[in-house]
Amino acid sequence: MSNSIFRGSVTRRQFGARAIAATAAMVALLGVSPAVLAQAAFDKDAVIEIGSLYEPQNLDNTAGAGQGVNEAFNGNVYEALFALTDAGTVENSLAKDYTVSEDGLTYTFTLQSGVTFHSGDPLTSADVKASIERVTAEASKSSRKKSLATIAKIETPDDATVVITLSEKSISLPYNLSYVWIVNDTATSLTDKEDGTGPYTLADWRRGSTLSLDRNDKYWGTAPTNAGVTFNYFTDATALNNALLTGAVDIITSVQSPDALAQFKDNADFTVTNGQSTTKEILAFNDRVAPFDNVKVRKAIARAIDDKKLLESIWGEYGTLIGSFVPPTDPWYTDLTAVDAYDPESAKALLTEAGYPDGFTFKLDTPDYDPHPIVAEFIKSELAKVGVTVEINIITANEWYTKVYQSLDFAATLQEHVNHRDIVFYGNPDFYWGYNNPKVIELIKQSEASATVDEQTAKLLEANKLIAEDAASDWLYLYPQIVVSAASVTGYPVNGLNSQFFAYDIQKAE
Amino acid sequence: MVLFALLRLLPGDPANALLGVGATAEQIAAAKAQVGSDLPLAEQFVRFVSSLARFDLGTSFVSQAPVGAEIPNRLTVTIPVTLLSFALAIVLAVPLGIVAAVKADRWYGGVISVVSQLGIAIPVFWVGILLVTAFAINIRLFPSGGFPRHGWAEPLEALRNLALPVLTIAVVMASSLLRYVRSATQDVLGSDYLRTARALGSGFTEALLRHGVRNGVVPIISIIGIELASTFLGAVVVERVFALPGLGSMLLLGISQRDYPNVQGVLFVSTLLVLLIGFIADLVQRLVDPRLRDRMVGSP
Repeated sequence: MSNSIFRGSVTRRQFGARAIAATAAMVALLGVSPAVLAQAAFDKDAVIEIGSLYEPQNLDNTAGAGQGVNEAFNGNVYEALFALTDAGTVENSLAKDYTVSEDGLTYTFTLQSGVTFHSGDPLTSADVKASIERVTAEASKSSRKKSLATIAKIETPDDATVVITLSEKSISLPYNLSYVWIVNDTATSLTDKEDGTGPYTLADWRRGSTLSLDRNDKYWGTAPTNAGVTFNYFTDATALNNALLTGAVDIITSVQSPDALAQFKDNADFTVTNGQSTTKEILAFNDRVAPFDNVKVRKAIARAIDDKKLLESIWGEYGTLIGSFVPPTDPWYTDLTAVDAYDPESAKALLTEAGYPDGFTFKLDTPDYDPHPIVAEFIKSELAKVGVTVEINIITANEWYTKVYQSLDFAATLQEHVNHRDIVFYGNPDFYWGYNNPKVIELIKQSEASATVDEQTAKLLEANKLIAEDAASDWLYLYPQIVVSAASVTGYPVNGLNSQFFAYDIQKAE
Repeated sequence: MVLFALLRLLPGDPANALLGVGATAEQIAAAKAQVGSDLPLAEQFVRFVSSLARFDLGTSFVSQAPVGAEIPNRLTVTIPVTLLSFALAIVLAVPLGIVAAVKADRWYGGVISVVSQLGIAIPVFWVGILLVTAFAINIRLFPSGGFPRHGWAEPLEALRNLALPVLTIAVVMASSLLRYVRSATQDVLGSDYLRTARALGSGFTEALLRHGVRNGVVPIISIIGIELASTFLGAVVVERVFALPGLGSMLLLGISQRDYPNVQGVLFVSTLLVLLIGFIADLVQRLVDPRLRDRMVGSP
């Protein structure tokens, strides 16, 4: 209606938009993309305003600080011996080099030279030892504590050398160490301050509002391409989107609702990047109890649900289909979407073979927050077509934790799993979904004892395929990792693995 | 006491909220010991009351920062928002309310009444969203939300950031206040003393200002006290819409994280402030109304 009223007259706003489109066209004619232009002339003294929904709860990642502190601090304020790059590879960071003994139990790390903490203290092997012990300490609430349990001894023969002795082989040690911040051993109480080695120092943190980082001019590595970053925290996604629309922030680290994208997508003032997250939306069966202890039933359910249609209805053109629990940024990824692909006819046949020709009824424990309730409704309607009745049971996150995760009192549930490299959960028969395939358990155990990364990758790839064939769970889709920025801003990470948001390469056009 | 009991009735242990999925049983036990949620309720209560008596609001379970230090920071946002919007609401409501009553037979008198009815009917957050769309996104006059990094050290920026939240609360508050002013004015208009004053030769406006306002304002003050308290509490919603680091957003976050010390601290301080507002309103009322003043000193 309103369109037809205004048709024919060019308002000032439309005129402005056309002028921008014309400029863009001219730039394209000259054969230079705007992105290149932006990189050519960036303002190295610009402060980048970042908008985020994830304010840290405190500033200590061993004190229950939440994902927000990883976003703000990993690689920016604190560095580790190794860095998990945005592409998912593990690279040396504060460790200049390392060697592994013949038996795979002794790792010797050489530290980078000339590194100082923000307080001015030089980095020594004693700091590394203290930092690892912070994570493994009894009081530590780090989610990485368990993965470092194989560390038996840490020695510091000289200031630049750290020797770690393991109780059993652990090929993932460098990867696991990429989560361990190297902190000055003289630092006390890190919940509201920091003492790291990273390219930025903490300037100030106004709780509930902003956290600002300044460029560290004494940084040992390559200097950041901006003067600092300010994380602006929001609790309401609409308020965050408005901040970007009005230019109050330059970047949104992670867009959680597809509805908001329409206003940025076809607008030359903004860039929308579609990265790959590690967040998997899954329908987890309780593999211990009937009917889901039957592989055929699980495969039938997987085949009866059209994942593509589900993903499209939730995320539109964004997101990725996955045929297993492994996202493309894990080294043991392979495309398994063809395993138990959508095929309702064969689903019915499988159900008949499994002894359920008339289907059955089960209760689906559904967390009460997005997107689970919508996913549950979709699954309900899909499964109704093959004769399976779903009773949706909405529960809170806390109930999920006690009922499903702790008491294992469920038939099937929906959950998002966020971690990187978490296929190892399928090697634990006591995990909440109760998947128990001795061969997979063995493969996953052996993979950790591999002599080389290639051997580890091969073993986990094999496990990955077996788990997919068993339809241990139904992996519905991989969330997209969407970053939206003003078009003048480039150089930010797109995948945001482990919630990281490296700020040092961000450039703002002059 | 009530605060304490209600919070403990919430399902979920703060230790779980602290650790999230994937924590081991030992980690949970350690976290419970740290936050004290493993102690018997009676003991938790005794600890709570005894520290309150020392004006110690405790330490946040989640941020591990003292609650008493965080609240003043938050008040530097919430108190200015409340007072500014309150002042703006009075500036809007009083003249408009009087006009609506005096000129009830004119078209604009009617319009004012209808608009104020609308203002009462629509929820605060919606007013906020409308104002953001109009003044932040379309004409870019004010920021859509947030608060400057250095707070009041950047006074102009801070005021610009508060403009829309203040306007939002003021519009909603003025709407209901306006109706009280209008009916109080109508009462005054129909009163005997005003008719007498007019009969003695005062002009209409003069009579209204000299006699009407002094009589009409007494009930309005107590209403204003109640409204001010509710504005303060309404800040919870507005702070969320505008991403302001005030007391309201601290409360919401505390509830979602089961951070009892933070929630208790915020509720304790806001209860105190609401009581204080009520007390001041009473005091002002007595100053204005000689009849009440007499009662205060105990004479018949």
